[in-house]
Amino acid sequence: MAKILILFAHPALEKSRVHAQLVRAIRGMQGVTLHDLYEIYPDLNIDVRHEQSLLLQHDIILFQHPFYWYSAPAMIKQWMDLVLEHGWAYGRTGNALRGKIAGSIVSTGSQEAAYHKEGWHRHPVNDFLLPFRQTAALCNMQYLDPFVVYGTHKLSHQEISEAAISYRQMLENLRDGQLKLQ
Amino acid sequence: MEHSYFFIAMIYLAAAVIFIPIARKLGLGSVLGYLLAGIVIGPSLMGFIGQEGQDIMHFAEFGVVMMLFLIGIELEPALLWNMRAPILGLGGLQVLITTAIVTGLAMLLGQPLNASLALGMTLSLSSTAIVLQSLKEKGQLSSAAGQSAFSVLLFQDIAVIPMLAIFPLLAGADTGNTTPHEQTLRDNLPAWAQTLMVLGAVTVIVVAGRYLVRPLLRVVARARVRELFTAFALLLVVSISVLMSLVGLSPALGAFLGGIVLANSEYRHELESDIEPFKGLLLGLFFMAVGASIDFKLVLSMPWVILGLVAALMLIKALTLIILGKIFRISIEQNLLFAMALSQVGEFAFVLLSFTQQNNILSQQTVSIMTAVVALSMALTPLLLLLHERIIQPRFNKTAPDDTREADEIQEKHPVIIAGFGRFGNIVGRFLRVNGIQATILDLDSDRVDALHNLGIKVYYGDASRHDLLASAGAADAKVIIIAMDTVEQTLEVVKVVRKHFPHLQMLVKAENIPDTYELMDLGVLHIYRETLDTSLRMGADALQMLGVRAYQAQRNVSTFRKQDEKALKGLSAIRNDKKLYINTVKERIEELEKLMSNDRVTRWNPTAQGWDEQSLIDEANQD
Repeated sequence: MAKILILFAHPALEKSRVHAQLVRAIRGMQGVTLHDLYEIYPDLNIDVRHEQSLLLQHDIILFQHPFYWYSAPAMIKQWMDLVLEHGWAYGRTGNALRGKIAGSIVSTGSQEAAYHKEGWHRHPVNDFLLPFRQTAALCNMQYLDPFVVYGTHKLSHQEISEAAISYRQMLENLRDGQLKLQ
Repeated sequence: MEHSYFFIAMIYLAAAVIFIPIARKLGLGSVLGYLLAGIVIGPSLMGFIGQEGQDIMHFAEFGVVMMLFLIGIELEPALLWNMRAPILGLGGLQVLITTAIVTGLAMLLGQPLNASLALGMTLSLSSTAIVLQSLKEKGQLSSAAGQSAFSVLLFQDIAVIPMLAIFPLLAGADTGNTTPHEQTLRDNLPAWAQTLMVLGAVTVIVVAGRYLVRPLLRVVARARVRELFTAFALLLVVSISVLMSLVGLSPALGAFLGGIVLANSEYRHELESDIEPFKGLLLGLFFMAVGASIDFKLVLSMPWVILGLVAALMLIKALTLIILGKIFRISIEQNLLFAMALSQVGEFAFVLLSFTQQNNILSQQTVSIMTAVVALSMALTPLLLLLHERIIQPRFNKTAPDDTREADEIQEKHPVIIAGFGRFGNIVGRFLRVNGIQATILDLDSDRVDALHNLGIKVYYGDASRHDLLASAGAADAKVIIIAMDTVEQTLEVVKVVRKHFPHLQMLVKAENIPDTYELMDLGVLHIYRETLDTSLRMGADALQMLGVRAYQAQRNVSTFRKQDEKALKGLSAIRNDKKLYINTVKERIEELEKLMSNDRVTRWNPTAQGWDEQSLIDEANQD
């Protein structure tokens, strides 16, 4: 059974519809640590040593956040800048994360069709996540295809619940090694 | 001419007030100004003061004692120990060699051996008052030359003790046992008892300084009567002088020792600034007395003899010093300053000369001539130093003290001064300290100073609203002052003093409440910290969190609230003297705040969070 760390970043969860449900659905899951960055570091003063030890205790590292301007909220960038130190996460002696698995769980306002070569945003979500993919590669981690909740602006409460259930299912499979990794 | 006490005081004070600004303006330094003032009011020129000059000089010599006390208090004992080589080596050799040369020359000029030896010893001494005051004014005390000069002067003060013992012997058996100084307890005692007495006196000063003076200072400080502290400081110096005179030691030396014992005391800055003005006035008086005592009638009657003697004497002393300076590896430029500074004869010569006359070691005429020579050499010293500063130093292309020796820092010079080390100031101080910033701390609560001192924290007792105290705490060189006094009145005082005397200092000021804040704003203070604001808001944020608000949101709300609050305060400050408008505006603000607070949509109050609000996007998406 693999251990999963979810690095969750939402600057205004109190107003969130999607992530509030996603988080509720997975809370208390065995083998899953939900790490709410904005709640723990409201001043963005990240405890690097603590974050690194958390990473070492887990096998699968997932970033969960809304998709803001084709990327993550500022907290995730701050976290990467500080925690993924040279000589620890990458570089000649940086092997701490070697062999672990990384991935992203994002929600977008637009429909899936908009994230297409001919669509509104002209690129699939996967393309926009290139910095995450390459960051994982540099740290010798494998990067999974993202779990995306599309079209949040038009999702009903019921539809969001369904997305939350499939999120939970995905995590269970990942945890129990049943998900086929590319 | 008989004058009243007050008339004489008026003449001296007026002369100082008139001449010193002129001398400073001309770049001559205050020592020269005082000497000139003395010459002008003296019997030779205007005759406002007569022959009492000598008596005044005796009295004013106490200024030298105070100066040595102040120098001692600024000197760490460890620093003195480091100086033992120049004191004994440089100082010892200077006194011995100069005495030998002058004695030899006097014999060549036909003086008998005892008279020659008396002259040699008398003339080997230099003037502590003139040298140290002049060097201090030029900022040269911590240079190689300044430190060497200080070492030599210190040794000369020690050398006076054996000289006083030798002088009665020179007078011969028939003239009896009168000593050059006033009667002391030491007279008529065997040598071992005398030695024991001297050692005992030194021990008394050290032990009393350590274990008696500090607790007494604490008691006096606790009484919170400012002049009482001044009185005690004076009492301290006077007592040391009395004790020293009693056992026949130099009072200046004793005061220096007393100063060193108190150098690490938390009351150091306060003592310094209390004694300083007395020292300044007395030294000024002393210099004027020296100026007044130059007998120009005598000088004019035999100008070449006297001027020749002055020139020869100063040249001999200077050459001796130059050679010694070379041996002790002082750089050329500093060595010249060192030699020129110490080339005069010191004030103690007046005492010794009058003794030699009373005991017929020297003839009356010789003593008169030598007194004039000594006074002239003293008066010439500031001129020589001016010559060095204007002509010699520029040639060496370096205005800074030379690198032959690391300049010893006598005063602490920290970038930060904390005025008030109560609950508030001590947190700031601790925070700065863990960040490697040293601060000079001043506090007015003697119990607190005491307690902190026991914890090993250097806190100085003193009223930070005194500009002289701030100056001795290094305000001229500091960058920032943190003002966190216990009461508003004290805070406002300190702010005013800093603004007036140290306008370059950035002020960070603690305020207790809104009226204080207004007053500080009126004084132009830019950085004001209400002592309860941040803590209350942090508490509020925690309460919000306990009620389920996200930490990040709570933190942002605190920040927004504080900014709005401070902005509102600035707006209110401008109109607060208009009672009606003020009350109306306050009412409006309260209503506004209530409206904001009662609104359950935090975003309305906190407009910067719109970026995270999807509502408009959702609305737009649903219109499609």
